[in-house]
Amino acid sequence: MEYTENNSTIDPALRDKMTKQNVFVTTLDFIYNWGRRSSVWPMQFGLACCAIEMIAAAAARYDIARFGAELFRASPRQADLMIVAGTVTKKMAPNVVRLFNQMAEPKYVIAMGACAVSGGPFADGYNVLRGIDRFIPVDIYIPGCPPRPEVLLHGLMQLQKKIDSQSIRKAEWYQKGLKREFPIPELGPHGLVPKFNPEVWQPPETDHRATHYGHVIRTGKKTKAPNLEPVAVTPSSPSSSAGA
Amino acid sequence: MALLNEIKKDGEILEINFGPQHPSTHGVFRMRVLLEGETVRELKPVMGYLHRNQEQIAENTTYAGIIGFTDRMDYINALSNNFSYCLTAEKLASVEVPERAAYIRVIMAELARLVNHATAVGFLLNDLGSFFTPLLYALRERERILDVFEAVTGSRMMCNYFRFGGVKRDLDENSLTAIKTIVRKFPRFLDEFEALLTSNEILCMRCQNVGVLPADLAINAGITGPTLRASGVNYDIRKIDRYGLYDRFDFKVPLGKKGDVYDRYYVRILEMRESVKILEQALQAIPAGDFIHPKTAPLLRNPRNFKPPAGEAYGRTESPKGELGFYLVSDGTPQPWRCHVRAPSLINLSALETMCLGQKIADIMIILGSIDIVLGETDR
Amino acid sequence: MPLMINSLKDALEKKFPGIKLRVLRDSVLLEDPQDLTRITQYIKESPDFRLDYLSSITASDFLDYLETIYHFYSIEKKSGPWILRVRVPRKNAHVPSLVSLYQSAELQEREAYDLFGIVYDGHPDLRRLFLWEGFEGHPLLKDYEQEDTNTLESRDVEWLKAHGVKVPETMEKNAAELKASGKRALAEKPAEPRQA
Repeated sequence: MEYTENNSTIDPALRDKMTKQNVFVTTLDFIYNWGRRSSVWPMQFGLACCAIEMIAAAAARYDIARFGAELFRASPRQADLMIVAGTVTKKMAPNVVRLFNQMAEPKYVIAMGACAVSGGPFADGYNVLRGIDRFIPVDIYIPGCPPRPEVLLHGLMQLQKKIDSQSIRKAEWYQKGLKREFPIPELGPHGLVPKFNPEVWQPPETDHRATHYGHVIRTGKKTKAPNLEPVAVTPSSPSSSAGA
Repeated sequence: MALLNEIKKDGEILEINFGPQHPSTHGVFRMRVLLEGETVRELKPVMGYLHRNQEQIAENTTYAGIIGFTDRMDYINALSNNFSYCLTAEKLASVEVPERAAYIRVIMAELARLVNHATAVGFLLNDLGSFFTPLLYALRERERILDVFEAVTGSRMMCNYFRFGGVKRDLDENSLTAIKTIVRKFPRFLDEFEALLTSNEILCMRCQNVGVLPADLAINAGITGPTLRASGVNYDIRKIDRYGLYDRFDFKVPLGKKGDVYDRYYVRILEMRESVKILEQALQAIPAGDFIHPKTAPLLRNPRNFKPPAGEAYGRTESPKGELGFYLVSDGTPQPWRCHVRAPSLINLSALETMCLGQKIADIMIILGSIDIVLGETDR
Repeated sequence: MPLMINSLKDALEKKFPGIKLRVLRDSVLLEDPQDLTRITQYIKESPDFRLDYLSSITASDFLDYLETIYHFYSIEKKSGPWILRVRVPRKNAHVPSLVSLYQSAELQEREAYDLFGIVYDGHPDLRRLFLWEGFEGHPLLKDYEQEDTNTLESRDVEWLKAHGVKVPETMEKNAAELKASGKRALAEKPAEPRQA
C-alpha cells in the first residue's frame, strides 16, 4: 500500500490571513477525509481470543475512543470497519464474507492477529481458513497472537493514514460499476468451495513456511502403528511398557 | 414435541436465529430458537464456528508444544488451562513438582480465576443491558492482574507459563509485591462492585427465578463449576481431588440455593472472595526453592526429549468455568497419540435448553451469560 | 487405582454372570459394546457406586479398532474416576448411546460421532456437532486425508466460473489435470514423526 500525504496546496500565508477574517479554506479531500478518519465505526464482531484484546482496547486503559473509533456497531450496515479479530474457521468464513458484503461503502478491513492474517498457529488444521484475505481484501494486517491493544491502535492509525491518502475524486465507491461484493463460499465435502477467490488472493510462488522451518509443518498422522497396546497390567508384576 | 406441533399448526410459532454474529453470544455461538409469542419453546445450540481442530494439532506437536495451544482454549484465563494440562502430562510421566513451583501455580491459577470471574460478571451485566459500565470496572481490575502476568510470563493473555514439573520462570520479588498489592486492593473492588450490583433492584428482578437449574438435573447434565454450585451441589474439585496444594489452604465453597441466574452471579462474587483468601495464604507461605524440577528443567530446551511411557492419563482441575479435564494417550513418542479435552464450556451447554424453555426471549442471553462459556473452549 | 477398578470389575461380574470384562490399566474394557447400557444403569443406581456424574466421553483411534472411553465420577460418594471403555471395529462402529441415562452424553456423543464416525445407537439427535452436514470423512481418524488449500480443484473452478470470477489459466489447467487423474489435491503427505 502506498501513501501520499494529503497536502493542501494553499499558500500558508494566505490561509493565515483569511483565518483571521473567519474564512477557512481547505480542500474538499481534507475535510472529507478528516470526517471519515475521525469517526471510523468498527463492527462489534469478535471471533476468538483477539476479540478480548479488542474489548480491552475499547476499555478504559487503552480507550480506542481517542481515535474516534469507539462506537462498536452490532449491525454491519452501520459499520465502516470490520476488525476480523480471531481465527476464521471454514465454517465461519461464509458468514464473515457475507457480513463484509453487507457493509456499506466505503468499508475497510483490519485482519487482527495471526489467525486472521494467515491461519496462525492453527493453519494446519482441517477447519481453519488460512487468512481471511483469501476471500475479502484486507487493508491492514496486524500480526501477534493476540496483538496487544496498543498494536490495534497502531493499526487503526495506519488505517487513518490510508483514509487520508484517498481522494474524493478518485474514490472507487463513487464510481460506476464498482463491484465490491465478493461471492460467498460454500461449505463443501472437504472444506470450502472454492478454496480461495483468485481475484482477491493467489497462492505465493514459493512456500515460505517450508523455507522458514526447513520442512513443511506436518498436517498428517503417525503412519506407524502405535506401541500402545494397552495390555492388562497386573498390579503385582508391572510389565515394562514398550517404547518407554 | 406434541405441543410444539400443535402450535406450529396454528402458525404462531416464530423461528429466530441468534448468532453467530451477535453482540451477546460471547463469540461465535449460534442458537436456533422457536418462540411462541415471546416464550421459548425450543432451543438448539449450533456450534463449531470456532472449531480450531486443537485435538488434531495436539497429535502433531510435542507435549510441551501443546501448552501454548491450551492457552488458546479458554482464552480469558490461560493459566488454568495450563494447570490442567500440565497436571495430566505429569501424571502420565510421573513427574513431581517442587513446593515453590506448586505455590506459584496456585497463585497464578487463582489470579486467573479472579480475572475470569470479574470479566464473566461484567459480560453478564453487559447482556443484562447495563452496557459496559460494570464491564469497565471489571476490565480495570483485569488490566492490573494482566500487568503481573505480563511481567512474569511475558504475555498478557497467552501466558504459556506452566511446564512439566514446575513453571517457566520464577516469581521475583517485584512480582510478588505487585501481586500482594493486587490481593490487598481486590476486596475493595469487590465491595464497590457489590454496592453497585448485588442488591440492585433491576439486577434482582431480571435475574432471580430466571433460568432455574435443579441440582439433580445439573448433575445429570454434567454441569460443573460455579453453575453447578449455584444449584447447591457441593462439588469443588479443588476440595475433592486436592490437586496442587489446595488441601493446605483454608477456603470455603460458596453454594447457591435456587440455581437461578442471580445465584450464579453471586456464587462467582463469593468465589472471588475465597480466591483472595487462598492468595493471601499462599503469598504468606510461599517457600524458597526450585521453580522447576531439576530433572525436567532440560525439557525447556528440547521438548522432544519429553517422552512419557506408553499409557493414558486423565487429569482434571477446577477451572473457573468448571471441570477442565485432559485425556492423554501416549505411545512413547514425543507426540501424544490422542489428546482430548473435556471442556466445561461445551458440556455446561447440555442444560441450556432445559434452562431456557418457558422463559422469555430476553432471558436467553442472560442465561447464556450466566453459564459463562468461552467459544475457544466450547469448539476447540 | 488398580484396586479400585478391580472392585468394579468384581462387582459387575457378580451382578451380571457371564459378562465379558477385562481390566486394562486403570479401566474396565467391555468386550461386548451392547453390555454398556445395562452396566451403566447398574453403576448409576447401585448404592455401592452411585456414579451419578458422567464426566467425559471421548473416542480414540487405535488403527485396528476404535475405542470409546467413559469417565465416571460419583458426586454423592465423591469417588472417581471410574473408567469404562468399549472397543468397536473401525468400519461400521456402533455403540449404544447413554443419553437416556446421562444428559451430559448428548453433546459429547455428537462430538465423537463428528470426529470419529462412531454411531451412538439411540441418540435422539445424532448430527455433526462441529463440522457441517455434507462434510465427508471424520477428521480425527488417523487415515483422514486433508485437502490442500492452495490448489483449486475442478469443483472450485466450476463454482468460481458460475459466480463470474476469473480463474487464471494455470489453475484451471491444474484442476483439469487433477480431475483427469481422478485424484484430490491433498495436503502434504505426513512424514514419519521426527525422533528426538
